[in-house]
Amino acid sequence: MAVLTYREALNDALREEMERDDSIFIIGEEVGEYDGAYKVTKGLLEQFGEWRVRDAPIAELGFAGLGVGAAMAGLRPIVEFMTWNFALLAIDEVVNAAAKMFQMSGGQYNVPIVFRGPGGAALQLAAQHSQSPEPWYSYVPGLKVIAPATAKDAKGLLKSAVRDNDPVVFIESEIMYNLVRDEVPEEEYVTPIGKAEVKREGSDVTVVCHSKMVHQALAAARALEKEDIDVEVLDLRTVRPLDVDAVVASVKKTNRAVVAEEGWPMCNVGAQVVDDIQREAFDSLDAPVARVNGLDVPMPYAKNLEKLVTPNADHVAAAVRHVCYAD
Amino acid sequence: MSAANADRSTATVSDAPAAGAPAEGSGRDPDAFLGLSKEECVELLREMIIERRFEEKAAEVYQVGKIGGFCHLYIGQEAVSAGSISPLRDDDYVVTAYRDHAQAIARGMTPNAVMAELYGRADGCSKGFGGSMHMFDKTLNFMGGHGIVGSHLPLAVGVGYTIRYRGGDQVCLCFFGDSVVNIGAFHESMNMAARWKLPVIFLLENNRYGMGTDFRRVAAVKELKDRGRAYDGLTSLDVDGMDVLAVRQAVEEAIERGRNEKTPSFIEARCFRYMGHSMADPMHGTYRTREEVEKWRSDDPILSFTRQLMDAGRLTEEEYQAIDREAKEIAEESAAFADRSPFPDSDALYRYVYSDGYPDDMRRRDAWRKELR
Repeated sequence: MAVLTYREALNDALREEMERDDSIFIIGEEVGEYDGAYKVTKGLLEQFGEWRVRDAPIAELGFAGLGVGAAMAGLRPIVEFMTWNFALLAIDEVVNAAAKMFQMSGGQYNVPIVFRGPGGAALQLAAQHSQSPEPWYSYVPGLKVIAPATAKDAKGLLKSAVRDNDPVVFIESEIMYNLVRDEVPEEEYVTPIGKAEVKREGSDVTVVCHSKMVHQALAAARALEKEDIDVEVLDLRTVRPLDVDAVVASVKKTNRAVVAEEGWPMCNVGAQVVDDIQREAFDSLDAPVARVNGLDVPMPYAKNLEKLVTPNADHVAAAVRHVCYAD
Repeated sequence: MSAANADRSTATVSDAPAAGAPAEGSGRDPDAFLGLSKEECVELLREMIIERRFEEKAAEVYQVGKIGGFCHLYIGQEAVSAGSISPLRDDDYVVTAYRDHAQAIARGMTPNAVMAELYGRADGCSKGFGGSMHMFDKTLNFMGGHGIVGSHLPLAVGVGYTIRYRGGDQVCLCFFGDSVVNIGAFHESMNMAARWKLPVIFLLENNRYGMGTDFRRVAAVKELKDRGRAYDGLTSLDVDGMDVLAVRQAVEEAIERGRNEKTPSFIEARCFRYMGHSMADPMHGTYRTREEVEKWRSDDPILSFTRQLMDAGRLTEEEYQAIDREAKEIAEESAAFADRSPFPDSDALYRYVYSDGYPDDMRRRDAWRKELR
């Protein structure tokens, strides 16, 4: 096992997949000569050349649609958005074209494409650069939506996404690129899409989370050990399709749940998880499910206000105590 | 001699031509028939007549509720589809917008499959999942049928990218309407196709109205072909879209550029739709006059080509009548076929959402619908 950063794991996944299958190409802003705005594509232009690592104009709608057309014609494009904030310019191609093409054509044209880039808040980037896109895409049947929390999952899931025959929205994290580092197997592996993973076993409360909030939940779990509260951390990893079986199994064991996510509360992933829990595990609940979210405002710039908006381990811990009636 | 008024850099903005006027530079020798045989010419005419009779039948059955949703008819524009698709090879690609029935037929789909799709039946080319706006046939490289104005142009650029990626010599023909020239996707597409030398033929069918808006009221350019002038390596030209041979010659030249030089072309075909924007829109509406419609109809692409062939001794009145009878029979048969075709079964509902099966969590959220359990 080698310890890799989240960024290095993604870079390895891209390189290994491109070496394996020459129908894969990457297109996006700064992916080539600049080595990627966040260096996820570092070294790939040199290894694979400009037709496989294509620096795009700042035209998100255009190059996202180019990817969809290329996928329909038989290639396996990876479209990098410098951040998911800019992908809103391209959401028509993701939702109206990629997600619907297979059904609209009566099963003739599947679209094997990965749209990837960082989402979520970073450090004082203000309203237009600090938002979590998972709910916008997980609303749409036809898309698969992945948001990994560890380097190991980032690599294994990106490889699965690239091999998948349907459109995949792959949401990374600017903050995690460097800060998250963990053991990554040196041998070939893929991580299945649609499977959650218990990142920490516990018996008292289940915290259902994904992406950055997995690390906040693990920190909260460590803190709560001192209070004799044993927290299970369930990392969804994929938010569509959603591993309801894993959620239900964990809640049936712990009888209490907290759903934690970085973005806004209205219609988010957690809202769906709460519904899945009440439909399938209502009789197992000893307390109402609690939610931890970002506050319901556009992200302010000021450091103190950004901190106030962003959910952290203390918020998760407080929610856990609440569902244990220990607050 | 070129059929079209090609200009990469020398065109100047001038007054738009009057309605019904042929495009400048249509200097084609009318007797030459582009070297096509008598049979090839008759086949072009036959294609146009089949499209026309098909769309007339579609209008008729729409009125009695056989077809649902939006239904955009192609009547009046047949010279563009027949003239542009006929010179393509089987391994070339076609991407189009929502006024797509006639183009699907021109590419080789059976009128039965197209009409059954309009009826929302299992034998439709998209198995009843697409309808009027979403005709697809992968075996013919007919890639839809897209309903968001302008958003399919980047798809065509992606097809062009794939052709270059694989070192092929195919082209991708992409149809769209005059409203598209004001959309960002148009410029993003032209820019990428020109910069990376992608063999895409952008074929603008300027029927003068984006739904009910005269293009001159919303485009800050007098001649739409001039929108292509900004892009080095993109050949922009206009052509009389009511003249099937003029369209064919312009597209043949664009195909040659695409195959040999890998460069894109932007062709503005000036044409007219006789019907409203869709079946929900009357023929004249509030935005155009009866006189304008009649003026364009007097330059009908089918009638003028028929006359041209007859004048040249390439077609007799009897042959024309036989083709027209056959076209009407094909249209009638397509409606009868569609009527006989079954509706898609409810099991098909979950079949095409994902290619590897419908996820269990999604199915469970639909479980409240007892009939689907």
